[in-house]
Amino acid sequence: MEAYKVDARGRSCPEPVVMTQKAIKSAAIYIEVTVDNTVARDNVCRFAENYGYKTESREDGEDIVLSLKK
Amino acid sequence: MTTKIKGSMLVLGSGIFTGIIAVLLVYFGNPANMGLCIACFLRDGAGALGFHRAEPVQYMRPEIIGIVLGAFLAAFLKKDLKARGGSAPFARFLTGVFVMIGALVFLGCPLRMVLRLAGGDLGALLGLAGFAAGVFAGSLFLKQGFSFKRNYSLQKNEAFWFPALMVLFLVFLFVKPAFLFFSKTGPGSMHAPILIALAAGLMVGAAAQRSRLCLAGGIRDAAIFRDPHLLYGFLGIFGGALILNLVFGYFKPGFSGQPVAHTDGLWNFLGMSLVGLGSVFLGGCPLRQLILSAEGNVDSVVTIMGMGAGAALAHNFGLASSAAGTTANGKLAVICGLIFVFIIGFLNTKKPAA
Repeated sequence: MEAYKVDARGRSCPEPVVMTQKAIKSAAIYIEVTVDNTVARDNVCRFAENYGYKTESREDGEDIVLSLKK
Repeated sequence: MTTKIKGSMLVLGSGIFTGIIAVLLVYFGNPANMGLCIACFLRDGAGALGFHRAEPVQYMRPEIIGIVLGAFLAAFLKKDLKARGGSAPFARFLTGVFVMIGALVFLGCPLRMVLRLAGGDLGALLGLAGFAAGVFAGSLFLKQGFSFKRNYSLQKNEAFWFPALMVLFLVFLFVKPAFLFFSKTGPGSMHAPILIALAAGLMVGAAAQRSRLCLAGGIRDAAIFRDPHLLYGFLGIFGGALILNLVFGYFKPGFSGQPVAHTDGLWNFLGMSLVGLGSVFLGGCPLRQLILSAEGNVDSVVTIMGMGAGAALAHNFGLASSAAGTTANGKLAVICGLIFVFIIGFLNTKKPAA
């Protein structure tokens, strides 16, 4: 399954969440969000969980890749 | 679910803690309803360095130094310390200038606005209404795709210069070199003992770093995402300060005669609208900018420098209000600031495709 990819690295609050919101609105069932700090990770996961997504995070060098799945 | 509740408890707890500490600082000597105020205290610091010569508001506030160093240590220990920058630095600087001017026309940053409310200062209600309106307007820009674009990883040492500067200021505070200015009368002369203020700052800085406490974020996230998470912090500060104000007998409800405040409602509203709108574009309120600066975000450092410059301009050009009221220049500056920040908003908003 192809993920809806969001690159939110380096964005100020709350842009990573706004970008994720856009992906969720497009009814994507699998979204991959790349962030580079724990604040964005926590905010995106909290938001996605509110919309019924299961969230998983893994580190990729300096970045954090979040998988959001329905 | 449990992590969500834990996160909300953390931000609520650090809000209550910050509110309590702020009132204790008043007890120990800070100006009334001004236990903590990022805008006022940066302004006092700019005065101490002689960037403005408003004699009643010159002091190197240990709270600012403590907040930065506390947040720096918390970020360092939790591996949140990361040098980054390059996201519209000069637009952020200028936005910082105008956020400070808006705050000094109202007489307080969002944190002090909440503390004023918790002290019974009803004039701050108009400030709150203006702040909420500004944050709401900023949220609409965000929804339309506003962005200062991303920041980038920088050389590691870039993260250390701002905290190092605070250490230097701390040395200045103890040595009191002759080139620094310290108020003999007025709000700048009223302060808690250095070590108490420093300890208070360290604790608030660490708590705010861990909880991501942000006064603008609460209303913003409620507006965009219906997410009350950060609002708990806002309410916590209010609740914590209110209870202790009642205990100490500091709570005096009313519009007139409030400490370091004026009753010009329209300009309380518009000053804080400017602060609210600017804070959303910057990604957080002045307190949050200070915490981000301590974590190595040099765009926020540049914003803080902008706020310092804004404070100097505000006093050199007679823009800042006082208990006597607003000034004509200050009103004009707020209008200019609102126009400027709206232009920033439009120029940095790209309507997303689809």
